[in-house]
Amino acid sequence: MARIRFRDVRHAYPPPKGQEPVYALNEINLVREDGGAYALLGPSGCGKTTLLNIISGLLTPSEGEILFDGKEVTHLPTSERQIAQVFQFPVVYDTMTVYDNLAFPLRNRGMDEKLVGERVEQIAEMLDLSANIKKRASGLTADGKQKISLGRGLVRSDVNAILFDEPLTVIDPHLKWQLRSKLKELHQQVGVTMIYVTHDQIEALTFAEKVVVMYEGTVVQVGTPVELFNHPRHTFVGYFIGSPGMNILPCTIDGGQPVFGNSLLPMSSRLRDDLSGKLEVGIRPEFVEFAEDGIPVNIDKVEDLGRYQVLTLTHESEIIKMVMREEQTIPAENPKIQFDPDHTKVYCDDWVVEEAVNE
Amino acid sequence: MNKTQNNRAWWLVVPVLILVAFNAFIPLMTVVNYAFQETFGDNVFFWEGTTWFEQVLRSPRFHASLIRQFLFTGMILAIEVPLGIGVALAMPRKGPWVSVCLVLMALPLLIPWNVVGAMWNIFALPEIGLLGYTLNSMGIDYNFTNQPIAAWMTTVVMDVWHWTSLIVLLCYAGLSSISDDYYQAAHIDGASRWAIFRYIQLPKMKRVLTIAILLRFMDSFMIYTEPFVLTGGGPGNTTTFLSIDLVKIALGQFDLGPAAAMSLIYFLMVLLTCWAFYTIMMRNEEQ
Amino acid sequence: MTRSKKWIVPTLYILFLMLPIYGLLSMSFKTTNEILGGFSFFPQEFTLDNYIVIFTDPTWYMGYVNSIIYVVINTLLSVTVALPAAYAFSRYRFLGDKHLFFWLLTNRMAPPAVFALPFFQLYSAINLFDTHIAVALAHCLFNIPLAVWILEGFMSGVPKELDETAFLDGYSFWRFFIRIFIPTIAAGIGVTMFFCFMYSWVELLLAKTLTSVEAKPIAATMTRTASSSGYELGLLAAAGSLTIVPGAIVIYFVRNYIAKGFALGRV
Repeated sequence: MARIRFRDVRHAYPPPKGQEPVYALNEINLVREDGGAYALLGPSGCGKTTLLNIISGLLTPSEGEILFDGKEVTHLPTSERQIAQVFQFPVVYDTMTVYDNLAFPLRNRGMDEKLVGERVEQIAEMLDLSANIKKRASGLTADGKQKISLGRGLVRSDVNAILFDEPLTVIDPHLKWQLRSKLKELHQQVGVTMIYVTHDQIEALTFAEKVVVMYEGTVVQVGTPVELFNHPRHTFVGYFIGSPGMNILPCTIDGGQPVFGNSLLPMSSRLRDDLSGKLEVGIRPEFVEFAEDGIPVNIDKVEDLGRYQVLTLTHESEIIKMVMREEQTIPAENPKIQFDPDHTKVYCDDWVVEEAVNE
Repeated sequence: MNKTQNNRAWWLVVPVLILVAFNAFIPLMTVVNYAFQETFGDNVFFWEGTTWFEQVLRSPRFHASLIRQFLFTGMILAIEVPLGIGVALAMPRKGPWVSVCLVLMALPLLIPWNVVGAMWNIFALPEIGLLGYTLNSMGIDYNFTNQPIAAWMTTVVMDVWHWTSLIVLLCYAGLSSISDDYYQAAHIDGASRWAIFRYIQLPKMKRVLTIAILLRFMDSFMIYTEPFVLTGGGPGNTTTFLSIDLVKIALGQFDLGPAAAMSLIYFLMVLLTCWAFYTIMMRNEEQ
Repeated sequence: MTRSKKWIVPTLYILFLMLPIYGLLSMSFKTTNEILGGFSFFPQEFTLDNYIVIFTDPTWYMGYVNSIIYVVINTLLSVTVALPAAYAFSRYRFLGDKHLFFWLLTNRMAPPAVFALPFFQLYSAINLFDTHIAVALAHCLFNIPLAVWILEGFMSGVPKELDETAFLDGYSFWRFFIRIFIPTIAAGIGVTMFFCFMYSWVELLLAKTLTSVEAKPIAATMTRTASSSGYELGLLAAAGSLTIVPGAIVIYFVRNYIAKGFALGRV
């Protein structure tokens, strides 16, 4: 088990002839604490698989280095990194039994057969595989196979980290949450570092203690699920996390306060006046309210989702989503809205403006 | 796949049935006719019963060519299968070289069989051919036209040259169906080269390999043209395999009865072996 | 690392495959005197005479034409009749289907030597002896089973929902089969045609037995030269070299599908 550290890692795939390389990963500096449960979250093509392959040793980054517990491993092959991985499509050795599958990594390392037996029994018990232990691995369902893949990592006592590459893709929906909570439970039991790659925010937010959000090859934010929700550092995080995502609206700055559509938006702190670039204001639909005085809107659509309603509003050509709890009511005429000052964020060129001056 | 019961599907099979039956039943009946009867021409037949079969089964000549046939089939399988697997394993998995390899390797498969024989004949001729000349100038006394061992070796090497590519292509097809994740997983599990072969590559190749062995068994058991052109079955009878012997008896000596009886015995042997193979394979697949 | 040296194995193997072909090619450019005078790695007096003879003498070049005619007829015929049959095997269960499939395959196992004489009698009796049709029909014996086998494998890979959707949309069976299904398995048909072409092109025993003058295949024309001592070795080599060409062209076009073709077939 180890602390994994990335230092100035960049990676570019070999470009087509005569073209500049396009970086799949831009300078990444990250530290993963030992025993943590991390999620790598991002849309397809954001570089999360590239990052995973760099950890597992399948790819060598074009620049920078990776350290496990302070030891450089950038050029070590996979087999010497003591990493385990669960793939998107289950990988099991079809011709072997479940027992032999689990014993395979240990036998390859020349472990005594008696110790192998004990260890395999223990892990099979943990993964609820004991009943099937004598069966051929090829006969199991997809979730059983994923458990075997995981088990092959868990049997080894020397693993630095277990990597999950979208492991629930081929699992039936009703088994997904079961397997996910099993993973979380196992993490608490064994305390090994787990890195979970997914494009599904619910999987990431429920599994991980810390979520790394990636966008176009860049790590845009690292934080706990609550931090990601309340303080998105990048418009992408705001938009990608939450359902519906954050409203991102164009704005101007006047006297240290954002202005949207002729309305001055109150904020808990004042902004610098010298901001330049693309300016936007971000507000989560949960923090939009109807008010006596504020921004006039039209109500385009109301979707009833049971415990709350999602409203689609328009102000001139801008669309604003709003989440309204059951007990609230829609004003009869001339609806106006206001934003919660504590949760209003201002973004400059997609990055949050943090240099706020306290009043 | 779930198939629906539909006996009208027979109509779709009828054209195939007519064409194949036309080519299979009528000639087969002719063979059976000859096998049990004696004729002196003019379509006059005398019932001979199993006389020809007994004669063939007892004849030392048939035994000799049968033993040669088994020896030959055994030898080429023992060489071609491991060699084919080895080459398939060493082939590049992606990139421009894959096409180059496949095209060059498939080339021997598309050369008419008698040209294969002729080509090897030319290639192996002492004094004139590349192989014969090289061997002799290296001080090895080699002349396949009068040395039985040299003739055998040349025939076997020719068959290896001709057909190993089929096994390579089939194994390569099996190997390319393995996703990279399996190799990655094996590295993670610390598997040795041998373990990767034994537990990942071999299971994936098993099915195509069975097809390959079956095809090579059938084809090598019927081999006629290539050795006939290369050695003419000689020197003496040393490379006279079943088919060559059969044609010698049927067309050379016009002993139609024994030739027909031999044909049937020969066909039955191939059929039985393939049936056994087929049954075992189907059972494996169901597991 | 073993990885960096792995290319040696296929390279050596390909070298082994190319040597006899090179021997044949180099001999085809030599004069008869040079061939009989002893071995030389490169042709000393480079000549195209052998090829000129082949392209000007009708008994030679008609051999190629004849071969190509019956191979094309056979390939088209085999694939055409095999398509519906393979569809039946891949989609339906019917009375005796498994036995029929195995019976078809047994024909693939029939040694041509067994059938040579009966074929001669059969095709003489129906007045087809020495025609292209006779050879094309005779080669159906092993090519149709092969075609059904390979096509069935490809068709089983196409989900049945495709058929069902088309029938729901009101397609008649044949319209669906020709307009939708055949384009879907085009790659499979290509592979099948390749194998049919290959087996028909390389077969000699039946082709030779069923022809004498009019439809004589190139391979049979060559046996005439082969038997008449080493006298015309250069000519033989040139004719042999030319028989490699059609195969090489066909392989080039289907190179990406060959390996797949057998892998998808089932026994």
